[in-house]
Amino acid sequence: MSKELSYLEAIREALAEEMRRDPKVFVLGEDVGPYGGAFGVTQGLHEEFGDLRVVDTPISESAIIGISIGASQRGYRPVAEMQFADFISCGFDQIVNQAATLRFRYGGRATVPIVVRAPSGGNVGGGLYHSQNPEAWFIHRPGLKVVAPSTAYDAKGLLKAAIRDDNPVVYFEHKYLYRRAKGPVPEGDDEIVPIGAAATRREGTDATLLAYGAMMLPSLEAADRLAKEGVEVEVIDLRTLLPFDKAAIFQSLDKTSRLLIVQEDVRTLGIASEISAVIMEEKFDALDAPVMRVTYPDTHPPFSHILEAANLPNADRIAATLRKLVEY
Amino acid sequence: MPPIKRTKFKLSSEQLLEMFYWLKLIRAFDLRLSTLVKQGKVRSGVYTGIGQEAIIVGTCFGLRREDFICPLHRDLGAFLMKGVDARTMMSQMFAKVTGLSKGRDSALHSGVNELGIFGNTSMLGANLPVAAGIGYTFKMEKSDNVVIAYFGEGASNVGDFHEALNFAGVQQLPIVFICENNQYAYSVPLEKTMAIDDVAIRAEGYGFEGIAINGNDVLAVYQAMQGALARARGGDGPTLIECKTYRWHGHSEHDKAFYRTDEELAMWKSRDPIPTFTTYLRARHVLDDAKLKEIEDRAAQTIDDAVEFASNAPDPAPEDAVTDLYA
Repeated sequence: MSKELSYLEAIREALAEEMRRDPKVFVLGEDVGPYGGAFGVTQGLHEEFGDLRVVDTPISESAIIGISIGASQRGYRPVAEMQFADFISCGFDQIVNQAATLRFRYGGRATVPIVVRAPSGGNVGGGLYHSQNPEAWFIHRPGLKVVAPSTAYDAKGLLKAAIRDDNPVVYFEHKYLYRRAKGPVPEGDDEIVPIGAAATRREGTDATLLAYGAMMLPSLEAADRLAKEGVEVEVIDLRTLLPFDKAAIFQSLDKTSRLLIVQEDVRTLGIASEISAVIMEEKFDALDAPVMRVTYPDTHPPFSHILEAANLPNADRIAATLRKLVEY
Repeated sequence: MPPIKRTKFKLSSEQLLEMFYWLKLIRAFDLRLSTLVKQGKVRSGVYTGIGQEAIIVGTCFGLRREDFICPLHRDLGAFLMKGVDARTMMSQMFAKVTGLSKGRDSALHSGVNELGIFGNTSMLGANLPVAAGIGYTFKMEKSDNVVIAYFGEGASNVGDFHEALNFAGVQQLPIVFICENNQYAYSVPLEKTMAIDDVAIRAEGYGFEGIAINGNDVLAVYQAMQGALARARGGDGPTLIECKTYRWHGHSEHDKAFYRTDEELAMWKSRDPIPTFTTYLRARHVLDDAKLKEIEDRAAQTIDDAVEFASNAPDPAPEDAVTDLYA
């Protein structure tokens, strides 16, 4: 029987394995050294790999990304940790203007193999600046890849893939899942989860539900409830947001003709908006109902658990929307 | 920390003449670019460094291929000195496929890793954290290669400047930070953007030495650079060299620079680095009329050839507007 790890341990294992495999891989960020990271993701790495490859940085998000880019131009594969995804805005320019454009403006003569790890998401009582889901900012920037695992297996497999990828990858790890998601992980050294491939978590014929990250939990719960009502919902975990797996979505739509997209990100111009537009353009004939969305409202993540619960998509809201979708 | 050694340096006549050639070539390149913009043959986006050439020549002369430079938007000469040929640089300005970015960008936003050149974005100061990252890899490798990171006095007000120099100081990275203080951030004079006279003193806040020098004296720049390089190669960390200078043209070629007086410009033109160095070379009998003509001809031929090449080089294909985004 294969071992089970938490989502957080899976991330740590991916880092350790890649650092053992490739001396060009190193990690840097705030408190990632002997302290082991604000959430403990990098615990033990400093002990094993030392000061030079597990770098405690000053509070300098822009420099953390810029240093990573510089190292990447000398063949290194740095993994930069943003302590919270919310803080990524402080390093925004280096990601969207420096890293994302580099290969393009170099005429294809260079690569930027960096990973920016961004602990994201709410439902942890974090308030305005420890709960955000800023993935849409990066989906909007050609030259980047964006991933958001929901299981321990994918957390490890996608991080390994991201580290080996020659493009800048923003890796959103959901804080709610750190210790709640547990399961088997890839075992072989070269077992990775490919970037750009979605995963079907539940087969169904009546409707398709797309989600990612922590939204997989209420989505699967809602699908279970609908099953008890005789409605079989196919649940797809996007896993990669840029480039998203259009083929998998279209294939499922051929079967179900109905689509609900769930995102924890705010409503306006999130990944759901883009997928919906692509379906309008390329898959309109397959639809029996309008594409529907369950999202965070267009507001900031509040601290009060009452206010936050009012915002977060949950199984009740998802199930209610699924009923509307299949009855349409 | 050991102070910068005022190293005695000895340059052969050949080396001195080579320096002189670079000054002439870089000046001629920028002047030709300026003309090409006026003729409509090069479309905007041209930021000349006319008047500032001594900084590039004094800092790039004698660098190793493995040393990494992170130049700024006025430093076309640094690309040439680090090994990019004039045809490629001119093609870049003409937005041709034979340029570094294959027409994606006319300015200096493209580097060459194999030659140790990083191409920055338009976000001034954003090259400094990148320089710190490159310097960090040299530290990891225990190599004695050095990073030379350029910035203007204007960019020393950007957050990236602080983050990068702080990290470089903490980690004792092998970096020489070169401030090209040309007195203006686009139109805004220095006294409106900082409450100090010398950018050099900012280094103290990061735990390393900063010195302010005459950036229009190529030998003064070279001498300071040799001291800073020796420190960096010896594992003694970064240095900031502030080179006081002046750009003769506007911020870019479309800028008429009405924000400064004719007297001020004339005063700085009297400090032109090229005649100063010419006088020095003649006094030392390194340069005579024949050699001067030979060098000027060589520079002119290189530029003519580059313009000819770039003018006739192929344009990018429209479909390449969306390629080279991903590896």
